[in-house]
Amino acid sequence: MTATITSEATAAAPTPAPTRKGWASAFSMFRNGKSITGLVILGIFVLMAVFAPLIAPFEPLAKDFRALRQPPSGTHWLGTTHMGEDVFSQIVYGTRGVLIVGFAAGIVATIIAVAVGVTAGYIAGWKSESLSALTNVFLVIPGLPLMIIITSQSDNPSLFLVAGVLAVTGWAWGGRVLRAQTMSLRNRDFIQAARANGEPLWRIITVEMLPNLMAIIASSFVGTVTAAVLGLTTLAFIGVIPITNLNWGTILFWAQQNGAFPDFWWWYIPAGLAIALLGVALSLINFGIDEYVNPRLRSAGERARALRKRGIKTTSAVTTVRRTTSDPARRTTSDPAPRTTPSPKDHV
Amino acid sequence: MSTLELKGVSKRYRVRGSGTMLALDDVDVTITSGRTLALVGQSGSGKSTIAKIITQLERATSGEVLLDGAPIPRRGAALRRYRQQVRMVFQDPFASLNPYHSIRHHLERPLRLDKVVPRAQIEAEVVRLLDLVRLDPGATIDRRPHELSGGQRQRVAIARAIASRPSLLVADEPVSMLDVSIRLGVLNLLADLQRSQNLGVLYITHDLATARHFSDEIMVLNHGRVVEQGPSDDVILNPQHEYTRALLAASPDPDKHFEGAAR
Repeated sequence: MTATITSEATAAAPTPAPTRKGWASAFSMFRNGKSITGLVILGIFVLMAVFAPLIAPFEPLAKDFRALRQPPSGTHWLGTTHMGEDVFSQIVYGTRGVLIVGFAAGIVATIIAVAVGVTAGYIAGWKSESLSALTNVFLVIPGLPLMIIITSQSDNPSLFLVAGVLAVTGWAWGGRVLRAQTMSLRNRDFIQAARANGEPLWRIITVEMLPNLMAIIASSFVGTVTAAVLGLTTLAFIGVIPITNLNWGTILFWAQQNGAFPDFWWWYIPAGLAIALLGVALSLINFGIDEYVNPRLRSAGERARALRKRGIKTTSAVTTVRRTTSDPARRTTSDPAPRTTPSPKDHV
Repeated sequence: MSTLELKGVSKRYRVRGSGTMLALDDVDVTITSGRTLALVGQSGSGKSTIAKIITQLERATSGEVLLDGAPIPRRGAALRRYRQQVRMVFQDPFASLNPYHSIRHHLERPLRLDKVVPRAQIEAEVVRLLDLVRLDPGATIDRRPHELSGGQRQRVAIARAIASRPSLLVADEPVSMLDVSIRLGVLNLLADLQRSQNLGVLYITHDLATARHFSDEIMVLNHGRVVEQGPSDDVILNPQHEYTRALLAASPDPDKHFEGAAR
């Protein structure tokens, strides 16, 4: 009895307790190769957006009629447009619109998704069902046509109107996933224990549940940002968002309008690559979060590396069996195979 | 001195597609401070439903639950006072602690909610609770549940349950998810706390041997009905009901099984 208690109590003692406080652990989902790569690429784009005037060699709309449709050169790193505008400067400045719309839409959509999804998951009955039906309605609304209709109502839609529309059409998927996850959390014992202890409802949701939903919220946020970036560039490309709004999509729009395809490759390929690269960065962050949530998604190599970090060899046996004659497990064994250890009867 | 009474309690669950299911049928239970009542029955017999009704995670379909003669308040501060008096230890220590929060959080919350001690003494009280369940406070207080073993977690769950200084404790199969080797330790701890805090314990189990050893009275539940009730030794040694006899016959007898072993 005493022995049991001591061994139990000291089992955790050998390594001093790492005091991981709330915030450090909240970010642990980003602490893996994929997420870090994605965050670094995203960080470069953010820096580009913030310091655009310092990075861009020209004003994005400054026209130079002596240099029309020029291929990349020392002066114009990515060539020029049909009006002699510097393509590199346009891409640098265009990052701003893309990121502002992407993140604004992502934040708004995530707030709606959390509010609707978690509420629908926690409450039961017809209220939950109707919120779920509402989510489903938004899930099947065809986003692009709706965006075209709404943005074409206004002559010069602001970036925030575009972001708002993207958010309204983009929250439903996250809301659906959050509802499902909340429903599964609600019946877990630790939530029941909090209820039995008399924790108020708002505290159960914000303190007991939300931290356990962080990974899903983050992944739904990143997913919405990706969708919003693609939505914005699509809208700009098809010309719904007017030219006053400079972003990667408008570059493609102008390239398309002025016959850049396929000869003037420097005009449209960099913008397309920038969109793809941002998409890759956001997806990498999401893959990283997925692996944090579900370690089984890691590749075998990564799993082995993670184990090595903790000092476990993947090639060694799972557990080492101590063979002692007083091992009680061997006493009850009925297997008559020849024993290397003395027969249990000898010890009785 | 507190007494919790369930009088003629029934619980009917609505089952989708197939009407209703009667989980409890006219059950009477009485738990008194300082005494342990074991509730025995197989899976699905309604044991956990009784626990949920007592802790008000579910409401009884009919019948009444009385604490010292007064019905359970429906909401608000009065309900919280009831909950401060009646606490529960869950079956699965791997599920009953929030994986995100530290052990400190788990023990502080009931102290803050029920204002058990003044704010300045909360830290000391957490340490005292960990000592009480024989865990090393320094090594556990800032850890999170996944860093502890099953037995250690269940000790934390017990500490959380007694943090509000309740008079009654519901222990829903507190050791069935634990390693056989540490079950006795946790049960002895519960028994010690029961004596030192003068708790009334409802010990829910399907293990007749520990039920007999740790409780004053045994109550046998089958298909939502109480089929037998009495002092522990009487029920085990002289079972009256057929179902109790079947339960006894079904439980492994260590004396037979370990014949020839070192004992």
